[in-house]
Amino acid sequence: MRRFIETDIAVLGGGPAGLAAAMIAHEKGAKVTIIERDFELGGILQQCIHNGFGLTYFKEELTGPEYAQKFIDKVKASGIEILLDSMVIDLTPDKTITAMNPEMGLMKIKAKSVILAMGCRERTRGAINVPGTRPAGIYSAGTAQRLVNMEGYMPGKRVVILGSGDIGLIMARRMTLEGAKVLCVAEVLPYCSGLVRNFVQCLQDYNIPLHLSHTITDIRGTDRVKEVVISEVDEKWMPIPGSEKIFECDTVLFSVGLIPENEISLKAGILLDKTNGPMVNEYLETTVPGIFACGNVLQVHDLVDWVTKEAERAGENAYNYVSNLDRGGKLLKPIRTIPGENVGYIVPQRIDHLKEEKLVQFSFRPKSPDKDCIIEFISRGKIFDKRKSKHIIPSEMLNFQIKVNPEIVESDITIHIKKAPPKVTQEEK
Amino acid sequence: MEVQFKDAKQGDMKEIICVICPNSCKLQVFKDKKGEVQVEGYGCTRGIQYGEDEYTAPKRTLITTVKIDGGELPVLPVRSKVAIPKEKLFKAMEVANHVTAKAPIKMGDVVIPNLLGLGVEVIASRSMGKKE
Ligand SMILES: Cc1cc2nc3c(=O)[nH]c(=O)nc-3n(C[C@H](O)[C@H](O)[C@H](O)COP(=O)(O)OP(=O)(O)OC[C@H]3O[C@@H](n4cnc5c(N)ncnc54)[C@H](O)[C@@H]3O)c2cc1C
Ligand code: SF4
Repeated sequence: MRRFIETDIAVLGGGPAGLAAAMIAHEKGAKVTIIERDFELGGILQQCIHNGFGLTYFKEELTGPEYAQKFIDKVKASGIEILLDSMVIDLTPDKTITAMNPEMGLMKIKAKSVILAMGCRERTRGAINVPGTRPAGIYSAGTAQRLVNMEGYMPGKRVVILGSGDIGLIMARRMTLEGAKVLCVAEVLPYCSGLVRNFVQCLQDYNIPLHLSHTITDIRGTDRVKEVVISEVDEKWMPIPGSEKIFECDTVLFSVGLIPENEISLKAGILLDKTNGPMVNEYLETTVPGIFACGNVLQVHDLVDWVTKEAERAGENAYNYVSNLDRGGKLLKPIRTIPGENVGYIVPQRIDHLKEEKLVQFSFRPKSPDKDCIIEFISRGKIFDKRKSKHIIPSEMLNFQIKVNPEIVESDITIHIKKAPPKVTQEEK
Repeated sequence: MEVQFKDAKQGDMKEIICVICPNSCKLQVFKDKKGEVQVEGYGCTRGIQYGEDEYTAPKRTLITTVKIDGGELPVLPVRSKVAIPKEKLFKAMEVANHVTAKAPIKMGDVVIPNLLGLGVEVIASRSMGKKE
């Protein structure tokens, strides 16, 4: 059987990004359809059962499922069309979506605008090349998180974790509480890449050692993991011979980062940045007009509150697009944003419309941690805005609303994160 | 675990990292001669309260899952409504591991009414329908 649906705005993915984008577009008056491959809404938040969500957006501390539930309840009550168990397999530049549903088979959805909200997936062991055999007992931290928190299944008893990202730290605590022994967390960087709060409450609280500048150099075992070898690394991340530590364990978790999931975006011919997220303009519109992106599919977020805010902007902009609202002064040549000193990437990658002064939301990440920094926004060699930041680390995204004036900003914008000059003390004056 | 100062001049000195804001101040918390808790190394006054609490009575929210009968998933995420003494977490886990909820359930429904006699409720972190 074949089904055909027409809608104003199709939202691909029913995680926090998709839910918030759909809700705003619906409230504005658009006909919205959410397409989600899982049996329920909520996305990855359903497995993030720990607390620490919502402090910015709801001003209260919630667990992941609670944060999701608040939006799910709203969306369900709104009458927004929700297609569950429906996997999007194709998207064309003219916004025709093909989805698969076990009951209905293939579906075609024709939309006037599309919001990409497919989230991200974890990097796997293959992607980072760890030597050793491939016995059972090797999981990504996110897979383990889903097994423990949603399936009620414990993947192992003695665990070594590679990578000190937040998901790894949180799983160290979770598995410890469920009775496993977490032997250590090994991190190749010289600093913990997760939040300090997670380092304190997930590792320190349970005496779990964190080995910085260490990596896994061997995984041993035939059927099941038996031993893991970790070694110290030098500045070039090369293992230092003689520094090996051997751990007897049955499970290894990899928490080595997330990448936006953009196979569908590529099918529509959308250009991706080197972060693997789509290149967007100040309206979060990709390189295909009328297709927008938000949440982890655009850039990997560390706080879901920012996902929601970004998604609300995408929802509003998609509504403006389908309503043919004037979006103001389309530029002949877009203004590009260029990552400068200690900046990994910038969203948006370009500004397409600039008639008069307007606020533009910039999100970016530093490449390495630093203290007492000045963030400079530069165009035509002139600093047109600057902000201070006491602490920066790659795991915390920087978000700034900056006034962009067409009389000052004519060409590309470069953003630098620089060390603030030392304060001049009384004596020196 | 707090890092113990080996050469601490004051008794029971503990180094505690304040996690209230990203400054992550390293607090030195100890008892002075009168037996009163003193906090040093804070970047703002919020650190004083945090240091005192972490030194004398650290608390954490219990976050886990319980089994659920007839639910769409085999387990239900739950949390304690307020934080409980840190040293009671493993005892609390034992209690939670012996509780079974029943579907359907709504977010906020009480799953354990009085955890370990602490007067703290454990509540469902999500709603869950019955398995069809
Ligand atoms: C394993 C893991 C653990 C995390 N833990 C935390 C944490 O502890 N705290 C925190 O703040 N953040 C955490 N994050 C980040 C968190 O993902 C984001 O804060 C937030 O959930 C992102 O929302 P999203 O809607 O963009 O993506 P998601 O929540 O991932 O939602 C994307 C949705 O799109 C659906 N989808 C994808 N492809 C298709 C398709 N082709 N067809 C139909 N549907 C599709 C997915 O099923 C999913 O429901 C974690 C991320 C991961 C991957
Ligand atoms: S003491 Fe104050 S400044 Fe320092 S980390 Fe705590 S809250 Fe932040």
